[in-house]
Formats: sequence, structure tokens, C-alpha cells
Amino acid sequence: MELVLIFISAALVNNFVLSRSLGICPFIGVSKRLDTSLGMGLAVAFVMVLASAITHTVYNLILTPLSLGYLYIIVFVLITACLVQVVEMYLKKNSPALYKALGIFLPLITTNCAVLGVLLLNIELFAGSLLSAVVHAVGAAAGFTLAMVLFSGIRDRLAYSPVPKIFDGIPIAMIVASLMSVAFLGFAGMINL
Amino acid sequence: MNAIIHTLIVLGGIGLFFGLLLSLAGIKLKTKSNPTLESLKDILPGVNCGGCGHAGCNAFAEEVFTGRAETDGCPVGGTELNYQIANILGVNASLSTRKTAYIKCLGSDKHSLFLFRYQGVKDCRSAVRLVGGGSKGCTYGCLGGGSCIKVCLFDAISIKDGIAVVDNDKCTGCTVCVKSCPKKLIEMVPYHKRFRIGCNARDGSKNVRLNCSVGCIGCRICEKACKSEAVQTEGQLARIFYEKCDGCGICAEKCPRKCIVESLASNGAL
Repeated sequence: MELVLIFISAALVNNFVLSRSLGICPFIGVSKRLDTSLGMGLAVAFVMVLASAITHTVYNLILTPLSLGYLYIIVFVLITACLVQVVEMYLKKNSPALYKALGIFLPLITTNCAVLGVLLLNIELFAGSLLSAVVHAVGAAAGFTLAMVLFSGIRDRLAYSPVPKIFDGIPIAMIVASLMSVAFLGFAGMINL
Repeated sequence: MNAIIHTLIVLGGIGLFFGLLLSLAGIKLKTKSNPTLESLKDILPGVNCGGCGHAGCNAFAEEVFTGRAETDGCPVGGTELNYQIANILGVNASLSTRKTAYIKCLGSDKHSLFLFRYQGVKDCRSAVRLVGGGSKGCTYGCLGGGSCIKVCLFDAISIKDGIAVVDNDKCTGCTVCVKSCPKKLIEMVPYHKRFRIGCNARDGSKNVRLNCSVGCIGCRICEKACKSEAVQTEGQLARIFYEKCDGCGICAEKCPRKCIVESLASNGAL
């Protein structure tokens, strides 16, 4: 039951994009079309979940016993970077179209604050339990993908809407994003972890 | 001391481990790229100017490679690149379309009438906002403010006697200048055709005579002289249809206003 709560908390209540304002760069950058935003969501999900499992293990088995906890940020970034490289190679080989569509945003997952945010929160909230950490990551990834997909749907409509010229493009996207964020605040306080 | 050694070992170890993992993944997930395609990408200019109409040099390389673009599609590389591409692909070079920019005005300082002296910012987009569209009597002519020079990436345009002139051999045909001209004077013309109509004035013979000593007055002498029907007068302005032009030059010879000129650099040879 607790795992379900963790999942819902990470996906909806504390949605990484809309409540914690992490990972805004790809959220605005690649959300113009549904297929790219879904692809980005899945790529981030893969990196998040795998990186969570690995970093949590490394933190508990290597860093803590040697009292090297202070190294956690550099180690986590190193692991994330490596995983992103693997994802990039995989996409380049198996899905060149998606690789092209994601463009620069794919290597930028390395420095995506949503990913690092999940890893750091894992240590902070679930230092003792690997399973909780992974579920938390899955929830965060689901929330990220959900936000991306919803937003790309809205931006699809926005492209055909009569937007005043000064708001056209990114500005109106920012405003819509903030409204979405307000909507997601409706979940606030449902679960306290 | 221990802490330092531990740090080094842990960070180094993790780095080494993931490095090895990556190189393994690199071997396993290697994408085979076609060597022909790679060598095409190598010889393209790589400035991604978009003059070919594709997203960049790599995109153009792929289009040429799959046969969806002509070998002479790259305006920057010119004839030489055309032959190199054809050589790599093992096909005949296509020789159709090199186009260079031409600024359709000959009204240099000594030829045209000035209504006032312009002393503002040296930029056509600023000069054109004044009453009458600039200091020249002719509202169609080149203002010589150099907007096109500023946008030209290849240093192909210069001001001579108050009007902008394109150096055909330096021009790569990227068309950036075409958009920059507030008078819409710049046109892309085939590099291999020699004759150009150096006037864009459409306001009738009376005004043209008043404003400029080399403006086209729409007298139709060129149209009648041309044997291949390549010159036609639209309104009060002659125009050469280059598909029909055989480059005989009779139009330039007969023009009473001397506004049909032979292009400066090209002699029609490849």
C-alpha cells in the first residue's frame, strides 16, 4: 500500500514538472508534437528508473560505508551521463527518426534536473529501501511523461489558435504550463510523504 | 589521508567501470554508416546556410545520396563541388541551376536624380522609410545603403558609385540578400546567361526619363530585336526569360538607354 502511495505521490501530487518545476527544459523544448514528447518521456523514464536503482545501490553499498556521502552528486551525475549515452546509442541504432526529433534534448537528459532531482530525493526520503526508491522513480517518470503528453496535446491545439502575436510560440506555452501547474495543485495535500 | 585514497579509488573505479560499459555498448550498438555518405558529408562546405533548400549540409548529403537532390544542389560549393559529388556517387554531374544574385539597378550617382541628400543611418531599411522611399527620384532604385552587404556571408556585394553590385564569382546563390532588400531589387539569375536588365522601374517612361539616364522606358526595341523571343516587356519594363535566351547580345546592343548589360564576371564558360 505504501508503494502505491509513493507512486501516486511522485506522479500526481508532487509531479516533477508541474509541482516541483524540475525538467522544464525538455517540457517546453520537445513538447511540440505528441510522438517526440512521448519518446522523450520514455527516454527520461528509462534513465530515471535505471539510474535510481544503480545510484541507490552505489550510495548504500559504497559511499556510505566509506563515509564518502558527500561525493553523491558527482557520482550520480557520472552514472546518469553514462546511462544517457547508452540510451542515445540505442536510439541512434534502432530509431533514427526519434533520435533526430529529440536532437540536442537527448544528451541534455544528462543535466536534466528532474533526473538528478529524483536521485537526490531518493536518498533523502527512501535511503533505507531500494524498492521504494525505484517505485518513486517510476512514479516520477510516469508523472513526467504524463505532463509531457498532456502538454503536447495542448500545444497541438495552440498551433492553430489565434494567439496574439506577442504571445506566440514559447510565451503562450509558458502561460499554459503555469495554468496546468495550477490545475495540478488540486492534488496538493492528498498524500504527505 | 584514507579519505582521499578512498575518494580516488571510488570515483576512479566507478568512472572506469562505466567507461568500460560504455565502450562495450559502443561496440554492440554501433551504427553502420555508409562510407559514401560519410565522404559526401566531408566534402560539403559544412556552413549549414540552407541555400540548397534542405535543413543543412548533412540533410543535403542524404538527399543527394538517395538521389532525391541534384548533384549541383549546393550553391556554395559551385561547379567544383558538383563534379566532386558526381565523382563520389559515380553519376554524371548535373549542370542546370547555378544561380547568382543580381541587383536590378544601374542608377549610380551620376545617372540618377536625387531629391535630397540622405544623411541618416547607413542602412536601406532605414533610408526607405523616408518620404518618397529614399533620396532618389526613382522609387524603385538601389539606395546604396548596403543592407545586402551586411547580410552577405560571402563578401560578394560591394557599393560602386552609390549602387550595390554583386560579384558573380563570389556569389554562392544562398539568396539571403534577396530577402534583405527593402526595394525587392535583387533577383536570382542563371550564372551562365550573360545579359541582365539593369532596371526595376515600373513607373512609366516619363518618370524614368526624369529620374534616371539609364532606366528602362519600355520602348520594346529589345523585344523586337530579340530573335528567340526571350525579351518581353511587361508593363513598362523589359524582362529576359532566361530559358529562351541564347546570349546573342543583340538586346544590349540595340537598347537606346543602355540598361541591358553584360554580366561582369561570367563569360559563359564553366
